[in-house]
Amino acid sequence: MSKAWKPRIVAFFCNWCTYTAADLAGVSRMKYAANTRVIRLMCSGRVDPQFILDALSKGADGVLIGGCHPGDCHYVEGNYKMLRRFQMLKRMLKDLGIEEERLRLEWISAAEGEKVKRVINEMVAQVEKLGPLGIPAKFQEWDKEMEHFAAQVAANEAASGSACAEHGQTAAQANKMEAAHA
Amino acid sequence: MVKLVINGKEITTEKENTVLEVARAAGIDIPTLCSHESLPPYGSCRFCIVEVNQRGRTRMQTSCTLPVAEGMEIKTHSERVMKIRRILVELMLARCPESEVLRNMAREIGVPHCRFERVRGDKSLCHTCQACTLVEQMPMHAPAEVPSTFVGRSGCILCGMCVRLCDDVMKIGALGFEGRGMRRRVTTPFREPSEFCITCGACTSICPTGAIELLRVRPQEPLPIPSEFELGLANRKPIHLPFPQAVPRVPVIDPATCVNFMTGGCKVCEDNCQVQAIDHTQQDRIQEVDVGTVIVATGFKTFDPKRTPYYGYGVFPNVYTALEVERLVNASGPTGGEVTLRDGRAPKSIGIIHCVGSRDNKTNRWCSRVCCMYSLKLAHLLKEHTEAELYNFYIDMRTPGKSYDEFYGKLLEERVHFIRGRVGEVTDWAMTPEEEGKLVIRVEDTLAGFVRRIPVDMVVLSTGLEPQADAQEVRRLFNMSCGSEGFFLERHPKLAPVNTFTDGVFLAGACQGPRDIPDTVAQAGAAAAEAMVLIDKGYVEQEPNTAYILEQECSGCKSCIPLCPYTAIAFDEAKQKAVINEALCKGCGTCVASCPSGSIAQRLFEDDEVFSEIKGVLAYE
Repeated sequence: MSKAWKPRIVAFFCNWCTYTAADLAGVSRMKYAANTRVIRLMCSGRVDPQFILDALSKGADGVLIGGCHPGDCHYVEGNYKMLRRFQMLKRMLKDLGIEEERLRLEWISAAEGEKVKRVINEMVAQVEKLGPLGIPAKFQEWDKEMEHFAAQVAANEAASGSACAEHGQTAAQANKMEAAHA
Repeated sequence: MVKLVINGKEITTEKENTVLEVARAAGIDIPTLCSHESLPPYGSCRFCIVEVNQRGRTRMQTSCTLPVAEGMEIKTHSERVMKIRRILVELMLARCPESEVLRNMAREIGVPHCRFERVRGDKSLCHTCQACTLVEQMPMHAPAEVPSTFVGRSGCILCGMCVRLCDDVMKIGALGFEGRGMRRRVTTPFREPSEFCITCGACTSICPTGAIELLRVRPQEPLPIPSEFELGLANRKPIHLPFPQAVPRVPVIDPATCVNFMTGGCKVCEDNCQVQAIDHTQQDRIQEVDVGTVIVATGFKTFDPKRTPYYGYGVFPNVYTALEVERLVNASGPTGGEVTLRDGRAPKSIGIIHCVGSRDNKTNRWCSRVCCMYSLKLAHLLKEHTEAELYNFYIDMRTPGKSYDEFYGKLLEERVHFIRGRVGEVTDWAMTPEEEGKLVIRVEDTLAGFVRRIPVDMVVLSTGLEPQADAQEVRRLFNMSCGSEGFFLERHPKLAPVNTFTDGVFLAGACQGPRDIPDTVAQAGAAAAEAMVLIDKGYVEQEPNTAYILEQECSGCKSCIPLCPYTAIAFDEAKQKAVINEALCKGCGTCVASCPSGSIAQRLFEDDEVFSEIKGVLAYE
């Protein structure tokens, strides 16, 4: 990786609390790391696990979710639903070999501009420590591998006319990986 | 109806009345010592005795126990009656010569001397003052060495009002009679301090001769009920007018201290109220009112100066809060507008400490905005009401606003001292003779550049404004937000200053942040106008970000239905599909995110839009 690498973080903020808090942080002229990009949603409950996986697969090194404090959800209980999904998703990411620390859920009320600043800065430092995730690059590698295998298989088939059991196993593994990223 | 004649005056009246009641209603004064609105007639003092002529026979009877009858002829002040009354006064005076009431009565009906020797067997009580013979020279107070076991002091005329009141009316029964004849007296059971007495003081207030000392009934100082409005500078009764300008201007009963709520008795106020407006059975009611908009104007709490112990509030009696001094300078306040210290002295020097619980890292960091101006106002009023030297201790003088700074200038001309610096402490530790008996304010004078000690008689703490203690509960109730300091958060500081995050809920006043009255009135007007807009329109505009079902893809699994906090999702049994009621949907998108077949979408937040957004935010190099 080049020296200029800086983590890319996608943040999903609830319209009623964290997004307003980020606004407040801006109005209060607070500075936080610029490598976090915020996507506004009406509620943290709208955060589909797919969004997070999609963000990671498209090159995000970490994902931050900001929701209202427990009991304060503008939509009564959307943040609890997010919490449930978050716990399951973390387990899934672990199974996929992605560090848990790349995903963070924070309760930030509309008044906590200071906390937005702190959480984002912490998150950036954390991801910087973990290093790049680089899934798009891995995809490219895997694609190349697949092409390589395919070429090899084709060559072998051409040579002997029968599939090699060993190569077949590796190809199955590659297929599994592909399934994961789809 | 019954006809009778009193003192030659013909009167028609109801049958149930007594002669005393009828005579009083007719404006004829019959002296009594044992009649009270709350007690049934008893006839123990005998003073109300009258001459009754009925069917040709004349007899003497107590008017309080005598029901009216047809053809009665009554003389209330005949010579015969007066003779009996005079004898009665003399006898009673012999028993209790100290009683002011009896002495006045004796004077009124012309008894110059008490001819009887003092009847009390206890000779030790006699201090040979000859009081028992000369009405005019009787001593004012009973001797100190009265046996403490006796409730009724030597002033007791044994009318029994206290016993009856305590027993029948207050339903406590802490007092009773003991002995007979000369030994008869009022006391507590077994002459022990009563454990049933609640020190309500009814016995002392009803005693016609002022003979009862409450401390002898129960050796416990009765707890005064501090007046909330006077901030404890004056006391109030369980039934009281909350404050002089209360709307509606009717008294209220405090159930925590009213005897009726403890014993079910008393109701003396009910007996006294001529229009029968008092109802002890009234209960608190919770009323539900349907409204479309709400203006939250729950106000503020003043800072509790006990949190800054170095200023000595609650330790030194002459450290006051600004609100307490506000009551002291008020003409309808506990002192009638006279500014006095707790010991009654007039203060010769007064120090006003600004920013108590404001602009302080130890307590509240914000400026409470109103304290500079109210401190200046108090300084001005104190200057008017007292001769005292006035010192203001301020950090910065914050007087923005129409003619505010001019007022500050006026005070400078009035020779009020202004010392710039946060006060370190208020102490009574004197270092010089001038500081003796005074409160010393230690402060760094940041303009002069040294630490000063300023002795004053009175310290006024200008306490700051805080959010209400239950602001968090109110916030939850309306789904609003609070700032970090606890004041309610407006939707936007500039673009929506009276709106909250909940549609139809508006903010006004100091619940949103410290502000003075003109600002509050202006903000309240804005909030009312915002509310009127919604009321006038009659309908609410919804955000268009509602969710909808992609019907051909819905598998009818029903997993979205329990997720919706607004029960906006129903299930169409015929089609076996979920249906979203768009009027109920608030657009949170929880169902969209959880639909396993991806067949719910949210307008403005479609999945594809979010995916594109993700792509977009990550597209930079």
